[in-house]
Order: sequence, then structure tokens, then C-alpha cells
Amino acid sequence: MLIKRPDRFRASEITPRDTYLDRRRFIARAGAIAGAASLPGLLAPRAAGAVAKDPKSPGNALEGVVETDYRVADEALTSWDAITSYNNFYEFGTGKMDPARYGQSFVPRPWSVKVLGECEKPGDYDLEDILKPHALEERIYRLRCVEAWSMVVPWVGIPLAGVLKRFQPTSKAKYVAFRTVFRPAEMPGQNLPILDWPYVEGLRIDEAMHPLSLLVVGLYGEVLPNQNGAPLRLMVPWKYGFKSIKSIVTISFSESQPPTSWSIANPHEYGFYSNVNPKVDHPRWSQATERRVGEYFRIPTPMFNGYADEVAHMYAGMDLKKFI
Amino acid sequence: MKPPTSALKPLVFAACAVPALWLAYDAFTGGLGANPVESITHRTGDWALRLLLVTLAVTPLRKLTGLNAVMRVRRMLGLYAFFYVCLHLLTYVVLDAFFSLAYIWDDVAKRLYITAGFTAFCLLLPLAVTSTNAMIRRLGARRWQRLHRLVYLAALAAILHFIWLVKADLREPLLYLAVFALLMLARVPTVSRRLGRLGRLRTAAATR
Repeated sequence: MLIKRPDRFRASEITPRDTYLDRRRFIARAGAIAGAASLPGLLAPRAAGAVAKDPKSPGNALEGVVETDYRVADEALTSWDAITSYNNFYEFGTGKMDPARYGQSFVPRPWSVKVLGECEKPGDYDLEDILKPHALEERIYRLRCVEAWSMVVPWVGIPLAGVLKRFQPTSKAKYVAFRTVFRPAEMPGQNLPILDWPYVEGLRIDEAMHPLSLLVVGLYGEVLPNQNGAPLRLMVPWKYGFKSIKSIVTISFSESQPPTSWSIANPHEYGFYSNVNPKVDHPRWSQATERRVGEYFRIPTPMFNGYADEVAHMYAGMDLKKFI
Repeated sequence: MKPPTSALKPLVFAACAVPALWLAYDAFTGGLGANPVESITHRTGDWALRLLLVTLAVTPLRKLTGLNAVMRVRRMLGLYAFFYVCLHLLTYVVLDAFFSLAYIWDDVAKRLYITAGFTAFCLLLPLAVTSTNAMIRRLGARRWQRLHRLVYLAALAAILHFIWLVKADLREPLLYLAVFALLMLARVPTVSRRLGRLGRLRTAAATR
């Protein structure tokens, strides 16, 4: 019921280095869940087909959301309140509460996305048309910020690969670049010279086509709030949070590596890849541990944020100290 | 008009306690937001720095206003700043490092912003220890004063600590740096003399 495919679950949960302890903890918790009870702090067992709910969510439910096996099953979900009140979305201000406060006047619909570059089907696509052919999936991912805090979030979205394939990228499409909307009247942070607006991000094409890469439109089975990047954002769970660009208006395929906002701002500290890596510290702070939002003590950060088994092969042979 | 000097001390004492009481209130009522530890760390750090700058403002303020009474709260302000520094450091030692000396040493040696913060603490510690009347007598006024000039370095280290931990938005730490620069400027002898003249003119006008 909860653990549909034990091998997948274990693979995503256990990194080679901290195998033993994590596995013991996993077995203990799995046993406890199987034993019937929903223990406090654990993910409660749910009926099949039911997506994660939080009593504090406003009730803008998305229809037809299906459960998937892509879920962190042995860790407590971060609450709706925490996910929607503690945000890094500098377009609305640099304070953690700023996006929730100043994001309310942002207008996320109607919305269209411009597709351009190395593909057969460039053009302006209405968001509804982008979403229509796909089933909305719930995916429970870890989110690790470069500032060393983390969350466990039940996103709702569609696999990025399926969407990109519809635009028919050409053989020259080696990278995919994304751009956030530029609306300084609705996004007060864009009036400040904090970053080079609009925000831009990018992925290598194989990263973008990876089954874990998600285009997100919701949270806890509900419509994505403005402060979390409405109406359309990226979620690449094995990379630091800033790679998962919000409020996307442009998707462009290119042959060369696109510029990304944080590496423009500080190339020494933020690279193009920005994979979660506990062994490579930020030049100013350690990345070995993290604090789960709402908890008091730090926990170790796993390689690739716990998704090593799924993604490590894409970086085989690369010096991850160099390609930060 | 004679300033109510007798009420000044208890007033300042109560005012400086407000941020700590406010923090405690928020902690017990769930008002610290999604990441309480970060909230505690930032708020204690902010108030430590603010009170340090307020302490440094006392002497220029006396020069400018001619109010000698403000000198009576300088020590208290300094000690309150140190109190918030201790809360800030304690949050780090307990909740970040979990009392691990190895973790702390690693941070102090490798992370520039922590080196700066730790330096500020180390500079302030002897000042707090020698803040009593007995210590002033024991050291002698001149030596005591020379020692307590370390506070300028401590404030600078504290501001660098802030600047070096920020990701992109430097407005707040740079504001503190600007205030610090102004307060240091007021200590340049020629500026200080002019401030003193202004103060004397003002008191003369007030008593006439």
C-alpha cells in the first residue's frame, strides 16, 4: 500500500555511504507503519488514490491527481504552512516571508509559455494546452536549499520530459533554458538590483529528460500558491533549490550551455550543475548537513539529495568538485 | 529643563530586555515561523549588532547634546549587546554544532563569516569581564580605556560576519556598516571637537 515497489524505494532512500544506519531506521519505520498505526511524525498510511492533504490548505483542489511511486515514504511531510510561508523567491523580496506577503497581488492566469530554439514546434503555448495531454502526478520529493535547509514536499505536476518531447527538440538541442516572468509592477523584488532580472536557469538535455524532473503546478493536491512559483515551476530534486526555477514563461532549446542567474551573480559560488553534494562545500558554508524546516537539529545531507541511484550515472567521469 | 536621569537607567534596562522577551513570547506561541532556529539565530544576532552600535552612539550623542546623563547607561547597553551575543552564540553551539568542539573548530577555521563572528565574541569577552567598577580601578582608567577600544574592532568584525554570510541582498549589513562608519567618523578628533562645540552651544542656549 505505502511501499509499492520496495526496490525503487530502497534505491532512492539509501546512499552507499550511510547505508547501514539509514537502512536500520528504514526497516524500523517500515515495520511500524506495516504494524498498522500512524505514528506521529511519520507519513500516515493513506488509501490508494488519495493524495496528501493538509488541514491548513485553502481547498483549491486540482482534479484528477494520481499517486505515483516517486515518493519519499519514510519522512514526515513538511506542513502546508511551512511550505507556503518560508520561501526563497527573490522576485518578491529576499525575506523568507516576503513571497507569501508580496506574492498575493501576482496574477498567475491566463498564462502562456514561449517555446523557442532548437526544436520543431516553437511557439506560444497556453498553459492549459501544455497540461492537457498529461495526467497530474503527485510526487513527494525532498527539497534541499543551498542555504542548508530542507523540506519534504508533495508536489503535483507532470514529467518535464513528456512536455519537452512534444516540442520535438532537434539533435542540436543539448541544453534547455528557462526564464521567469518579468513583471516588476507585481514583483517588487525585481525593482531591486539583487540579481540580473529576469531569473534564468537551465539544464542539460539528459537532466531535463530525466524521469525525476517535474513541471509543477500544485502542492498537497491543490493549486500552486503564488509564493511557490505559480502557475508553473520546475522541480529537479537532486539539485539545490535555486535550479528549480519558478513562474516559467520561456523554454528554449540550445546547443550551448545557457547562462544561469546565480552563476552570473557569483560564478565562484554557484555553478551550472549545482547538484546537491555533501562533499563539496559552498565556499562560505558547509553542505554536509542540513536542517529540516521546523526541526531543531541538523541531519546529514545525502549525495544528490538521496537520488544518487537514479541520477549519478549522468555525471559519471565528471569531477564534481570542478563542475559545481 | 533637567533630564530625568534617575528614570533613565531602569527605562533603558527595560527597553533592552524587550527583544529577548518578545523572542521568548514568539517561541512559546509558535510565532517564530517555519524555521524557528533560523529565526532565533537571526533575531539574537540582529539585536546584538544593533545594541553594539547604540553603545557606540552614546559618546557622540553626549558630545552633540551635552547630556552627560547618557554616559550612565553606556555600560548597561554594552553588556546588553554582549548578552545578545551570548544568546546568538549559544544558539549556534547548541542547535547547529550540538556542542561538538570539532564542528565548531572546523567552522571557525574554514568559514570566514564564522571566523569573523567568533573574533567579535573573543574581543567582547574581556570587555564584559572588565566592565565592573572594581576592574576599572584595578586596571587604571587609562589602561581600561585602551583595552575597551577593542569594541571598535569587535563591531567591525560583527558587521563583516553579517556581510559575509549574505547570499545576494547586502542592503541590511551595508546599512549597519554605514552607521558604524558614521559613528567612527564622529570620533575623528576634528569632527569630535566640532560636535563638542555644537553641544556646548546647544546647552548654553537651553540654559539661557
